[in-house]
Amino acid sequence: MNIAVLSGKGGTGKTFISVNLSEVAGNSTYIDCDVEEPNGHLFFKPTNITRNSIYVNIPEVDNNICTGCKKCVGFCKFNALAYTNKVLVFEDVCHSCGGCSIICPANAITEKKKEIGIVEKGISNNVSVISGIMNIGEVSGVPIIKESLKYIDNNNYNIIDCPPGSSCIVMDSIKDADYCILVAEPTIFGSHNLNMVYDLVKLFNKPHGVVLNKYTDKNNPIEEFCNEKNINILEKIYFDKSIGNLNSNGEIVSRVNDKYKELFSSLLEKVTKEVWHAEITNP
Amino acid sequence: MQKLLILSGKGGTGKTTIASSFVKLSEDKVFADCDVDAPNLHLVIDDLSKSITKDYYGMDKSYIHSDICISCGKCFDNCRFDAIVKKEDSYKIDTYSCEGCGVCELVCPVNAAKLQPDIAGRLDLYTEDKVFSTAELKMGSGTSGKLVTKVKERLNMPITRGKLAIIDGSPGIGCPVIASITGVDMVLVVAEPSISGITDMKRIVETSYKFGIKTAICINKYDVNIDKSQEIEYFCKNNEIPMIGKLPFDRNAIKAINIGKTIVDIDCEIGEKVKDVFNQAIKILNT
Ligand code: SF4
Ligand code: SF4
Repeated sequence: MNIAVLSGKGGTGKTFISVNLSEVAGNSTYIDCDVEEPNGHLFFKPTNITRNSIYVNIPEVDNNICTGCKKCVGFCKFNALAYTNKVLVFEDVCHSCGGCSIICPANAITEKKKEIGIVEKGISNNVSVISGIMNIGEVSGVPIIKESLKYIDNNNYNIIDCPPGSSCIVMDSIKDADYCILVAEPTIFGSHNLNMVYDLVKLFNKPHGVVLNKYTDKNNPIEEFCNEKNINILEKIYFDKSIGNLNSNGEIVSRVNDKYKELFSSLLEKVTKEVWHAEITNP
Repeated sequence: MQKLLILSGKGGTGKTTIASSFVKLSEDKVFADCDVDAPNLHLVIDDLSKSITKDYYGMDKSYIHSDICISCGKCFDNCRFDAIVKKEDSYKIDTYSCEGCGVCELVCPVNAAKLQPDIAGRLDLYTEDKVFSTAELKMGSGTSGKLVTKVKERLNMPITRGKLAIIDGSPGIGCPVIASITGVDMVLVVAEPSISGITDMKRIVETSYKFGIKTAICINKYDVNIDKSQEIEYFCKNNEIPMIGKLPFDRNAIKAINIGKTIVDIDCEIGEKVKDVFNQAIKILNT
């Protein structure tokens, strides 16, 4: 079962929720798709790490063959190529579409591999910890996310910690999800941000529910929003300075605190039931 | 005009809270929200006039004209972004995956696949009392870096006046952040005292250094984890980065925001501290 954890923005506690859900799920796989800022491994501190480099193809021009027709420069939609006596390749902006090598009439362009990041796999208690880590300065983390999602184990719980926001990169992370947990903070920023991921899960037609993190009191904009839109509030996690502290020190609270172990177990149970329910009503 | 950009490795560290109070404190009232994925600054800035709105066209997207397509599958075979969807014998574009590279257009033997302009979001510019440039990206659109650049460009229009612009940056370290950093005069990093906050902060400082821009750090909610806050202070000392403030965790901040106010609009401890951070930032900016 694949559970994606989303939030309109960073900082709402998406990693906190994902890490703890994986922890209480026992034999599970935690996949950190927030490849720009992967933080889950800081909590799990996995061991037996293996690393896989992720490559994309970028063009390499053989200047002995190049006739200087500049067709490739004209084709590249990302301005990754320029011509000054010879073809220059700006690797940082190349999207690896392969078009320039197809268009070159002289066959002067071949492709070479370039590393854009890694996928790290490790283990922490019974949790397989998968982290996609993008190199600083790369244009797209999508290939890393796609590779990370290959570790989905269909016999187990897979918790997918998505990148923040609702951009294209998030879509890749939720494509295979059976359920989406939307994490929100009870402020007006929070409800504005929630609105955006809510539109996203509606678009993909995914079963979903909200977890309210850093909850303080009723009468907050998020609860109003959820009531209005008829969104299920799965759990309210009260603001608690002591877990804030554990969390900021990189501890997994449900490992060290029974109350939170219970809370996250019950959250997992609720989600599991919802997925079953969705499968029955929507086969 | 000088530009002061506020960044944090991640969202939720209080970047917008701080940016909005800076806007209040600055005399010039020129500001921008570069967090085009989830702009929030407008929620706490009151009495904004009516904006001048413009569609934002991102990368073109491909479209397959089904009446021309002969279902040869060449586009499918050559698309590196899995943006061509095959259903039985027909081919369609998944616009969310399409990056607009034009390879399908290039390889299609019958010109059935063609790139077309695509509206990827909206730009807003408020010019009356305050000058405020902001934008919102349509859901699922990818090229936010370009939109961020547009948001900043609009601050340079002749109607904008003033010496100082405050810019709320985008979270992360990817292309929108690089677009936010380009051309600013100073970066203020809002750091969070946590294990992940520190990694994020280091990445952002590294990025900002690559651009050779004046950089300062302030810690938000420093008292949530004093040890980690100290770690940040050591980091600053060792790398000679000015540490210009430690803001306490203060519930009044949430209260202010929920009534659509900034933290300097209400009487509270954090509001006072933020004034200090602002003054120090300006000092660094002017040296
Ligand atoms: S592979 Fe595509 S993006 Fe890269 S240089 Fe060639 S045409 Fe441009
Ligand atoms: S390459 Fe052209 S004709 Fe062939 S499947 Fe694609 S759109 Fe249709």
